[in-house]
Amino acid sequence: MTINNEQLTINNSGDASLSVSFCGLVFKNPVVAASGTFGFGREYGEYYDLSELGGISVKGLTLLPRNGNPSPRVAETPSGMLNAVGLQNPGVDAFIADELPTLRRYDTRIIANISGNTAEEYGIMAAKLSDAAVDLIEVNVSCPNVKAGGMQFGTSPALVAEVTREVRRNARVPVMVKLSPNVSDIAEIAVAAVDAGADALSLINTLLGMRIDIKTRRPILANVTGGLSGAAILPVAVRCVYQVARAVNVPILGMGGVCDGDDAVELMLAGASLVGVGTASFTDPFAPIKVRDGIEKYLNGNGFTLPSDITGKLDA
Amino acid sequence: MTGFSTDCRIVYSEELRDGVHALTFEAVGLTPAQPGQFVHIKCGGGDTTRVLRRPISVADYFEGDAANNVPPEITVVFEVRGDGTQWLAERREDNTLDVLGALGHGFEVPTDGQILLVGGGLGVAPLMYVANANPLRCNAILGFRTAELILLSGEFDRLCRRVVIATDDGSYGERGTVAEPVRAALKSEQYAAVFACGPRPMLRSVAAIAAELNVPCQVSLEERMACGVGACLGCAVETKNGIRRVCRDGPVFDAQEVVW
Repeated sequence: MTINNEQLTINNSGDASLSVSFCGLVFKNPVVAASGTFGFGREYGEYYDLSELGGISVKGLTLLPRNGNPSPRVAETPSGMLNAVGLQNPGVDAFIADELPTLRRYDTRIIANISGNTAEEYGIMAAKLSDAAVDLIEVNVSCPNVKAGGMQFGTSPALVAEVTREVRRNARVPVMVKLSPNVSDIAEIAVAAVDAGADALSLINTLLGMRIDIKTRRPILANVTGGLSGAAILPVAVRCVYQVARAVNVPILGMGGVCDGDDAVELMLAGASLVGVGTASFTDPFAPIKVRDGIEKYLNGNGFTLPSDITGKLDA
Repeated sequence: MTGFSTDCRIVYSEELRDGVHALTFEAVGLTPAQPGQFVHIKCGGGDTTRVLRRPISVADYFEGDAANNVPPEITVVFEVRGDGTQWLAERREDNTLDVLGALGHGFEVPTDGQILLVGGGLGVAPLMYVANANPLRCNAILGFRTAELILLSGEFDRLCRRVVIATDDGSYGERGTVAEPVRAALKSEQYAAVFACGPRPMLRSVAAIAAELNVPCQVSLEERMACGVGACLGCAVETKNGIRRVCRDGPVFDAQEVVW
């Protein structure tokens, strides 16, 4: 499923020097807006042309619409934040009818992020989204904020394998499994997903966290616990990508705390082919673009030609 | 194009009372602010430990004069609640701010008729801009816990036809909450709208009185917020039209829409 560099240049409408081949798909650059931080693109699409991005992973979808958790849903933490949105989304059918046509107007890869209560639900969504011709399906087995369908799946190799097999059986586009860092051995989960047919892996999802208001002596989040994201988790992401890259032979979308090009390069050296930018968009709406430009600057400044030249090129 | 500038020059700063500050900055590169909208300000300068911007209501807006190179200006009024707002309170003339905005859905001002402004505590700030933008159309009822916490009353006196102040402890003006003065005002005069901003219990009681007396009421809600533009779904509020975003669908909502 690899594409050689000659094809990359032909297929790519953007800057050829930044293209990445990722399980058979060409991304015009390595930067993907991370699921849950970018909605369906409408809001940040008012700030810049979304075609500037390598890809967009949309807000996590479920088979039926979900209202999500009560507020407060977010809390600031040192160099990061907690969220417990709880997968509020309009459901997969409404996404396909109301959001996908708008997203399709942009020249960028569209990644559909899905969560199910059962393996069967994941399979149904994978079939619908394949019919709708999204570019890639990201299987969320790692959301810390929902009881069913989230992290419970992602912490068991057997359940990750079951969900991955069901999605793979129903999908006609590449399948990427999003891993949780809230496990004792992330490589073991990664191997289970790849053995069950995952074409790619994305990591990391948020780290389970909690904050307390000491004046009221109550948790800040209505959900009590939430997922930690932002710069604070970058070292955890780098470590997880490093461990997973050494254990499997599929491409990796690395994410977690990336704020600038240098952060992205760390994840790439650890083994990531693509890099997700999430919470950084809240501080600076243009963060994904700046990360892309920062990667380009690093490549040019260090004698590299393509992003793939640095993927996994850690000297260790 | 949505407004964003990393370089909004501060032209005025003042401590209005202990812990409450006003800042006026040039709004070049930002979208014109409507009453009820907010700006999302990055606090901490180059310090990256604070990842979330601080949403603060626009307390006043001056549109400037582009032809004569006079920049627009936004004024915000805020209380120091943590180290982010502490940093903001220490900004002075000629310092610059990183600002997104103006953001959100503001007050929908009726084409004519009187407007009753009902503010509680810091919630009076966005109502000041309503009063300034609608000269001679507003009356104000402002509630505070105690006399020392009264804020911007001189400005409201200047901009409104009539101002009633209520304090919970009776240390100034009417004793008690804004509820009774609001009821009396709506019964004695014709109003096209009530605009309210303040603590949730105050908003709930004002909304109930307005509904009872058949006066349209709009309320400005507050919620912990992350992106400020509607992407992250962090600031959800339950309404009769489903879960909505305070930052994008609000902060101002029709009071009848809110699930109290």
